[in-house]
Amino acid sequence: MGKLLVEDKTIVTPGEELAEGMDFLPAEGTFRDKDKILASRMGLIHIEGRLIKILRLSGRYIPKAGDTIIAKVTNILMSGWTFDINSSYSAMLSVKEAKEFIRRDADLTKYYDIGDYITTSIVKVTSQKLIDVSMKNPSLRKLTGGRIINVNPNKVPRIIGKRGSMVSMIKNATECNIIVGQNGVIWIYGQPENEIIVVNTIKMIEKEAHISGLTERIKTFLEKKTNKKISIEKVE
Amino acid sequence: MAYTKRNDGRKFDEIRPTEAKAGIIKRADGSAYFKMGKTVAYAAVYGPREIHPKFLQNPKEGKLRCYYNMMPFSSVGDRVRPGANRRAKEIAMVTEKAILPVVDLTEFPNSVVDVFIELPQTDAGTRCAGICAASMALADAGIPMKDMVAAVSIGRVDDKLVVDIDYSEESYEDGTVADIPMAVISRTGEISLLQMDGNLSRDDLKKAIEMAKKACSEIDKIQRDTLKKKYEVKK
Repeated sequence: MGKLLVEDKTIVTPGEELAEGMDFLPAEGTFRDKDKILASRMGLIHIEGRLIKILRLSGRYIPKAGDTIIAKVTNILMSGWTFDINSSYSAMLSVKEAKEFIRRDADLTKYYDIGDYITTSIVKVTSQKLIDVSMKNPSLRKLTGGRIINVNPNKVPRIIGKRGSMVSMIKNATECNIIVGQNGVIWIYGQPENEIIVVNTIKMIEKEAHISGLTERIKTFLEKKTNKKISIEKVE
Repeated sequence: MAYTKRNDGRKFDEIRPTEAKAGIIKRADGSAYFKMGKTVAYAAVYGPREIHPKFLQNPKEGKLRCYYNMMPFSSVGDRVRPGANRRAKEIAMVTEKAILPVVDLTEFPNSVVDVFIELPQTDAGTRCAGICAASMALADAGIPMKDMVAAVSIGRVDDKLVVDIDYSEESYEDGTVADIPMAVISRTGEISLLQMDGNLSRDDLKKAIEMAKKACSEIDKIQRDTLKKKYEVKK
């Protein structure tokens, strides 16, 4: 008979025994050694039926195809750009994947220069972690003005909230334009004093993401800072 | 005169008062502090990140790189010249080999995980404190690991085996002294570091290994509790 040795939503450390017997299956962040399931990294236990999974709490961004990220141009090549994407590896954008048609002899710095930030989406990640990105989507663009902050990429889902509830609450309260990249890079654009409120709010979410009652606390924080009444959108 | 009572009044199988913290260096991907008696070690982990020069890249798996540094006025003796010396390089190498069996960097080809160990204050057992701190820092950085490593140094002072030998015992003058630093992989009890400075009989070595395993399981508990405490909900 299988037996669970840890509770759901607790923190575990590498090598800890999570379950005994063959009734449970090791998923992300766990492995099987004979009849035991063990943790292969530090994180939060998440049990889904028979699957035991460990959600990461720290570590760099793991690039995944389909993610929308914010990237910084680090180098210009013969036929494209390379980007720093706040991950262990850098990403590549080919001229063919740029927004507009670029002639062969064009000066690529006219489109994206070194140090520019863009929003882009990951097309493919190879086994050797070569990352291809694309701009072929009307919502992807170069970012001008505003400010950039970096957060722990594992906290991004909390900053966005259920169906974007958290980020839209911050947007409405501060009248700032916010773009949250899956890689933990956030672009904020608005009135300078409001931008600072957004930065402080995001830092607070990052710090308290794993403690329940987050939305309510963020709401009171924003109300205090902006002197506005905020209503929380109900998400089913 | 035989060594009947330890200089600091500890039991022969007792480790020094140990203190640990995780996530203390903000800019690092993972970090830890480990204090054993008067020996203090800080470890900071950066990466996985791209490795340069490029010829060091391994397309099969990531690399682990350790640095060990004793700060200039960290010990009781003269000022240590800063920077890597022959001893520091060797200790960095054995630290790397002590930790390597537990880290799994196959997910990170062509990259490197850097571990920096700094010792602002030393009182013997620095490589062990360094390994303990490094193992915690790697876990804190979210690096895939099969297990954790704890390390302790067993000593023989005159005819007595002592756990977690300190500097006053290491410099015992009324008899011979041996020093055996050991690192133990906590769950399996495998030994990933075993060095010996001095002479030891075969039976004593066997006893020393058993003592180290027991002490390491205590240290392992401290390491794991500390890591969990970092994310504890504050009421």
